[in-house]
Amino acid sequence: MPVIEVRNLHKRYRERGAVEDVSFTVERGEIFGILGPNGAGKTTTVECVEGLRRPDRGTVSVLGFDPVRDAAEVRVRLGAQLQESRLPNRMRVGEALELYASFYADPADPAELLDVLDLTAQRNTRFAKLSGGQQQRLSIALALIGGPEVAVLDELTTGLDPQARRDTWETVERIRDRGVTVLLVTHFMEEAERLCDRLALIDAGRVVAVDSPAGLVARVEPERRIRIAFRPSAPLPDALLRDLPEVRSVERRGDRVVVTGTPEVLHAVTAVLARNHIIAADLRVGQTGLDDAFVALTGRTLED
Amino acid sequence: MPAETVPAETVPAETFPAETVPARSGPAPAMLAKITLMEFRLFVRDIVGPALIVVLPIALLLGFGLMPGGTRASKDLAGQSAAEYIASIDVGLVLVVLGFTILPSVISDYREKGVLRRLGTTPVRPSRLLLAQLLIYSVSALLVVALVVVFGNAVFGTPIPERSGYFVLAVLLGMGALFGIGLVVAAVAPSGKAGSAIGMALFFPSMLLGGVYIPREKEAAAMRAIGDYTPLGATLKTVRDSWQGLDPHPAQLAALAAYAVVAIAAAVRLFRWESK
Repeated sequence: MPVIEVRNLHKRYRERGAVEDVSFTVERGEIFGILGPNGAGKTTTVECVEGLRRPDRGTVSVLGFDPVRDAAEVRVRLGAQLQESRLPNRMRVGEALELYASFYADPADPAELLDVLDLTAQRNTRFAKLSGGQQQRLSIALALIGGPEVAVLDELTTGLDPQARRDTWETVERIRDRGVTVLLVTHFMEEAERLCDRLALIDAGRVVAVDSPAGLVARVEPERRIRIAFRPSAPLPDALLRDLPEVRSVERRGDRVVVTGTPEVLHAVTAVLARNHIIAADLRVGQTGLDDAFVALTGRTLED
Repeated sequence: MPAETVPAETVPAETFPAETVPARSGPAPAMLAKITLMEFRLFVRDIVGPALIVVLPIALLLGFGLMPGGTRASKDLAGQSAAEYIASIDVGLVLVVLGFTILPSVISDYREKGVLRRLGTTPVRPSRLLLAQLLIYSVSALLVVALVVVFGNAVFGTPIPERSGYFVLAVLLGMGALFGIGLVVAAVAPSGKAGSAIGMALFFPSMLLGGVYIPREKEAAAMRAIGDYTPLGATLKTVRDSWQGLDPHPAQLAALAAYAVVAIAAAVRLFRWESK
């Protein structure tokens, strides 16, 4: 049986972030992502899972319990890291962990958790003196201190620098390796691609698709899988490329040409360029990513 | 509060999956004790709060008591000495500083930071944090009141409150009114900054009307009439009366009780656990 099951969830409490119809299931031991633009309803959805909000319609089940009716059961088994949640400025790291540990009959070992989250050196540091990454890791530690079976992490790398973001991703993988099922909310493609076993794409309060990152990418037409971008050394008529059977589209972005097509497109394009004595400067070749999948499935980009 | 483990055989199999181990929260009284101790540590670490409610009252008492003639009965102060007069001001001051400035700013800051929301996802109810806060402030206030009474008596010979029952009643009702109003501010202020700004906006006029800046005896009659029925003014008047052996005015005690009941009811109704 799934660890989390959300069926036809509907919740409307403010204009932004309303949930129209969301269904998905999370299996034990996976990192399941909820990906979508800001205001798509991601946070509202997980707040219903955490029991912080009561759904207007639909059902939510966490380990077989209803987060509203069986709130006490869910709260001891689910750890939550909330978006933009801080602690009192003068509370020390070690104090916070010990305090939250006392809320549970059988908590995780605070010292070990500090070690896993690389916060041992900050044990006696006040919350206000921590860096953004350290505050975020402490937040994760508090979500895990009860020894939960499920951890819900909402936008945990927002506002972090790239290095802190990568460190936090490693932390999430370590959590999963401890046997915790992770529900991860994010609007970063890279984060979803790197961490999630499966993910639900959410747009305007509805689930657009649920699949593995690779599965979602595979939904993009095969003819568009490869993207080449370069700056031609001499004028290059679009028709030269467009007439190639491997090419699906040709676009101009400033002085750069962007070509998409089948996996053979790179060879075909370079052959044409060589024949016309044109050199491709700044050549980049990329595969379709989740962002392309999101555009293909919703007609919008994530940043909209 | 926290559900204890239910014997497995009483739970239908489909709601209690085999792979799920029974999980329990910690014992409720221990949790409250832990939270209260933590909040107390944070309060002491703040320095400003303890200084305002412990050091300031004692400093005022020393300052006025050590003035020439500070311990002599004065006609200007309705027969009290300056030390006696300032001791009863101290009582009101402690209650109003805690109620109007510290309480609203700390609690609305906790809401703004998401501390209450985070607690909402744990086995502890966020209301425990409010309870811990109220415990700390009310116990601190009572201890400081006792300290002022004992210190004043030992050093400047101020009397032990003569109508002791009324004195305790006046302190408790004053606390209910002033903390209650502070809770209303805490209930509606969207941020810690807003909470302390609103608190301050109530604090200074209260001090003026309550007769803290100018002795009540020197105020105009109209101002005195209004001041005696403001939350702080009524607290000061009833505390002072009972301290020097007069029966406090029943209408002033009733006013305090009414402020307390209305404010606490409003705070309970208006309280929000999370910011918009």
